[in-house]
Amino acid sequence: MADIATPVVAGEGDMTIEKPRRAARRYRPSGSAIVMALYLLFLMLPIYWLLNMSLKTNNEILGSFSLWPRDLTLANYAKILTDSSWYMGYVNSLIYVVMNTVISLAVALPAAYAFSRYSFMGDKHLFFWLLTNRMAPPAVFALPFFQLYSSIGLFDTHIAVALAHCLFNVPLAVWILEGFMRGVPKEIDETAYIDGYSFPAFFIKIFTPLIASGIGVAAFFCFMFSWVELLLSRTLTSVDAKPIAATMTRTVGAAGVDWGVLAAAGVLTILPGALVIYFVRNYIAKGFALGRV
Amino acid sequence: MNKTVNQKAWFLILPVLVLVAFSAVIPLMTVVNYSVQDTFGNNQFFWAGLDWFRDMLHSDRMWNALGRQLMFSGIILAIEIPLGIYVALNMPKSGFWSSFCLVLMSLPLLIPWNVVGTIWQIFGRVDIGLLGHTLAALGIEYNYTQNSLDAWVTVIVMDVWHWTSLVALLAFAGLRSIPDAYYQAAKIDQASRWAVFRYIELPKMAGVLMIAILLRFMDSFMIYTEPFVVTGGGPGNATTFLSIDLVKMALGQFDLGPAAAFSLMYFLVILVISWVFYTVMTTLDKREGN
Repeated sequence: MADIATPVVAGEGDMTIEKPRRAARRYRPSGSAIVMALYLLFLMLPIYWLLNMSLKTNNEILGSFSLWPRDLTLANYAKILTDSSWYMGYVNSLIYVVMNTVISLAVALPAAYAFSRYSFMGDKHLFFWLLTNRMAPPAVFALPFFQLYSSIGLFDTHIAVALAHCLFNVPLAVWILEGFMRGVPKEIDETAYIDGYSFPAFFIKIFTPLIASGIGVAAFFCFMFSWVELLLSRTLTSVDAKPIAATMTRTVGAAGVDWGVLAAAGVLTILPGALVIYFVRNYIAKGFALGRV
Repeated sequence: MNKTVNQKAWFLILPVLVLVAFSAVIPLMTVVNYSVQDTFGNNQFFWAGLDWFRDMLHSDRMWNALGRQLMFSGIILAIEIPLGIYVALNMPKSGFWSSFCLVLMSLPLLIPWNVVGTIWQIFGRVDIGLLGHTLAALGIEYNYTQNSLDAWVTVIVMDVWHWTSLVALLAFAGLRSIPDAYYQAAKIDQASRWAVFRYIELPKMAGVLMIAILLRFMDSFMIYTEPFVVTGGGPGNATTFLSIDLVKMALGQFDLGPAAAFSLMYFLVILVISWVFYTVMTTLDKREGN
């Protein structure tokens, strides 16, 4: 299967079979454009609505119904960014997510290399067994994790969440990296060994730069999947390492729901993904498919 | 690629094995341990054999949750796979608009799951949500917290919103790998649009579509956060899927024995179905390689 990383020049040979249609496209919107516009509208509307609400006061949210904020306010964001119990949620999430990404990549790199280069006893079974961890429902692991980390005194620490998320991120990283490493010809390894490189020197100086984009993509997906997960991170924390996702439930108070702040917190959790998505746009399918595209 | 046989490669795998053993095998053994024991409290356990498994197999609660789960996974697969293919066929092939679509489409995939729930919880509310408000203005009675059908529709539309792009992106990646020559040949044969899809595009997408089905099946089968935030499993038990029921049992009621037996059977079902998909997938891979 062709690597989607190298954009195949398919643009010239357009999907349209007949020539006249292409000429007509210039004058009226084509069917494809309408379909895409409708689909993107469907995707963006709920997100727009969240953004819209985050910029309104609670009075306006509950009092009147408007498609855009009449009385634009940044008070909801200000509240989150000045209250430490709010912004510490983001800090906690970032800490365990970064820890998880580093651990996952560190153990996955050598393993992915082994899977992509060597065959050994039980390799296929092992590869599938790794995938089964990605299939494991977090709900099954919530309680045992809670007991395991409580018994070794790691409950409510960042490292506990980081290790728990390794359950699905390590297999993910191994699979993605293996996909990228398969694309590097084996002759490069052999030449390097003949030139007298030791394995660690070869791996760090020659091999790592060759799969730099793969490492970036794997890191992005580890980051992402750890960032979006809630069930395990909520079960394993109470105060000190409480993630932002769990902090959001605070908006439900005695006086009802603080919709504006809830929406603002939601918008802020979308930002990390939105900021870097452009850089991985060509690999996004590969990442979600565990490197199998 | 032909690989060298090298048993020392095990040393490179070792870190992964240790880590996964710690974060997967030990907890799973705890579950197995609970599933065969009963307790009267005070941490005193005694052997219960396979009683819990027998109990769970005769429990309506589990069968109902499983039924709802299968229906949910079936419905979202039936919607997301065709819709995703359709969107992929309509995506711009290259240039600025292609990147533009890729970026916007990926956005829902990167939103934390509870925020996805929150977005739809707000969006569907009759008083403050665009969707709920519009439906109410059109005179359609819609209330996802009271009416089970509305709750189902909301949860399904939410999942379609959240994950169709994944199918579309995978299908798009498959489409891009088709060489131009195929289309030119079809053009010479004066093949219809349908024939091009049926005999060129669909077979070439088969591999990626299997991955899409596998991923969507797995993830929908263990869905928890999104419906939990929107409906909390209600109204009644209408949207209580397997994970929601399991968390209720294990962390809510602390029925460890039944919950553990439930967990193991749940995991087993996912494993068996995923293994079938995986086997089909690798067979397809091999056929394409030859």
